[in-house]
Amino acid sequence: MNSTIQNIYFRSDQAKAYTLLSPALILVIFAMAAPMIVMIFTSFNTQISMIEIDRTFTTGRYEDFFSKPIFSMLLFRSVKISFFVTLLTLVTTYPLAYYIAFYVKKNKMLWIVLMTLPFWTSYLLRVFSWRVILGNKGVINSALMGTGMIDEPLGFLLYNQAAVIITLSHAWAAFAILPLYVSLDKIDKSLLEASYDLGNTKFETFWRVTFPLSLPGVIGAILIIFIPTVGDYVTPQLVGGTDGRMLSNMIQSLFGRANNFPLGAASAVLMLTTVCLIAALVTYITKKVSMRMS
Amino acid sequence: MSIKNYIKIKNLSKSFGDVEVLKNINLEVEEGEFFSLLGPSGCGKTTLLRILAGFEYPSEGEVFFDDANVTSLPPNLRPSNMVFQNYAIFPHINVQRNIEFGLRKENLSKDEMQKRVENALKMVQLEGYENRYSNQLSGGQRQRIALARALVKQPKVLLLDEPLGALDKKLREEMQIELRNLQKSLGITFIFVTHDQEEAMTMSDRIAVMDEGNILQVSPPKEIYHNPKNKFVSQFIGNINILGAEIKSVSNENLLIEVDCFGSMQLKNYQQIIENDRINIAIRPEEITISKISDPNYDYNFQGNVKNISFYGESTYFYVQLNNSDKILMVSKNETKEPFSENDNCFVNFSSNNLKIIKD
Repeated sequence: MNSTIQNIYFRSDQAKAYTLLSPALILVIFAMAAPMIVMIFTSFNTQISMIEIDRTFTTGRYEDFFSKPIFSMLLFRSVKISFFVTLLTLVTTYPLAYYIAFYVKKNKMLWIVLMTLPFWTSYLLRVFSWRVILGNKGVINSALMGTGMIDEPLGFLLYNQAAVIITLSHAWAAFAILPLYVSLDKIDKSLLEASYDLGNTKFETFWRVTFPLSLPGVIGAILIIFIPTVGDYVTPQLVGGTDGRMLSNMIQSLFGRANNFPLGAASAVLMLTTVCLIAALVTYITKKVSMRMS
Repeated sequence: MSIKNYIKIKNLSKSFGDVEVLKNINLEVEEGEFFSLLGPSGCGKTTLLRILAGFEYPSEGEVFFDDANVTSLPPNLRPSNMVFQNYAIFPHINVQRNIEFGLRKENLSKDEMQKRVENALKMVQLEGYENRYSNQLSGGQRQRIALARALVKQPKVLLLDEPLGALDKKLREEMQIELRNLQKSLGITFIFVTHDQEEAMTMSDRIAVMDEGNILQVSPPKEIYHNPKNKFVSQFIGNINILGAEIKSVSNENLLIEVDCFGSMQLKNYQQIIENDRINIAIRPEEITISKISDPNYDYNFQGNVKNISFYGESTYFYVQLNNSDKILMVSKNETKEPFSENDNCFVNFSSNNLKIIKD
């Protein structure tokens, strides 16, 4: 009997695959899927008092979300800020990854490690360090005032959306470099030579061969940065000011001081949906565009 | 009409760091010639080809295409195209777009472009493969697409970097003939890099044999086979027996020598000037015959013992150990009337006019 089960087990690739997957699967089910389901259920409820929630089904929280302009505005702002974070990160990290992949001959690994060096300190420390750089008595303002170029500190450096974008893109840069580097490093150099040989300049070769072939890395980097930064609430809290508040800050307060769990859950569900749609769209469009370009 | 030298390479050297991979190369290739660069790996043949393509720049010397100095011209501006060793088919676009890839700049009309692509595919016998991707093609098909992609540009010179190296033997032999026919019908210059002497011999008008960054000999295949300039060339092209010998006396055009394993012999009509007392005597395996009893039709007959027999179908190689010597002689025969087995005693027979003097 026992041997029959063994036999079936060893013959089935699927059974073996699930065995390998099981630790991760268990974690995902209990730490992600279950809370997600609870959240979705909660979003259809009503908060009656500080501690009481009415469990009858209602779409009222979603109606609340869309009837109060502040919510849509914050959602839009979250997406906008993340969009610029992603863009800024890509523009700054792609050349670096390109350089390491094509020009560094020895010690590529050392370069990669150096790039991820900022990640060795805590995320909070990195955000605070940007306050030190951008603040009224910060590095930039002190330097400008010390050299006499300005009399008053520049107020527009901190506590706005730009500060959030700069801080977030610096914080996530290392995550972008890795997928970009991997996809660029994989490109067969003779493909680039073939392109020059067929009459293309280096610039044309980049857009017709290198960039399309690095797209898996680009899409990877976009998703890796965009998805977590949309939901970030620490950075906007610390460097964003009122102008830099994002939907996640609102959700945080709905689950905290504002004490409206169902509305917080509904906002979270809507944000999740938006992010998923955008991620799918990005993947689709990038693939289409790359086909056109080459 | 005299045939003009299309490619001229003058005093060309190339170093990577301290390593000199090409040493003062001078070479001229005629228009419409099938020219092979042949040598073992690391001899500099691929570097020379890459310099012609424009991927590498020479440390010294100049390259001319049709009397125009192209030494510092980038690859995209040269009238040459290349077929890469690994074919370098763009994996993100299909066959059609791969072949069109180099035509974008030529401002062709859509119809004209389509016609050129169709012709190119027809030339390599892959019509109907327009929508395939690189990973849906076999090695031989990729090789043909790479060829079509280069030829559709109508280059003056086609550079081929061991294009047949990754194909199996049967396909390789077919492609050799096909490439040769294609080159003849198009009439463009082919520069063909290979380490396979058989490939170079069957296809080329002329071969340049290279070793350690030098060109040792530039000749048509037959000339290289029958009159190799030195020991390396003779051994690299085909099989050959090389024997050490010492000069005893020189009179008129006759040379009396003492061959290490044969004893004294006389060579007639030798033309080379002998600088040294020590020389190399060479003889091809097919110029020696093997028999059970000594054959009086030949000048020399020596007794030996068959050590090994390798059967190749169209010919058989015998490795014969000579009596009173540890030298093993290679003998080849198309067919054997007399059956030999290993360890049989035999005679090897040859004539003195087949013996050649070869420089070191």
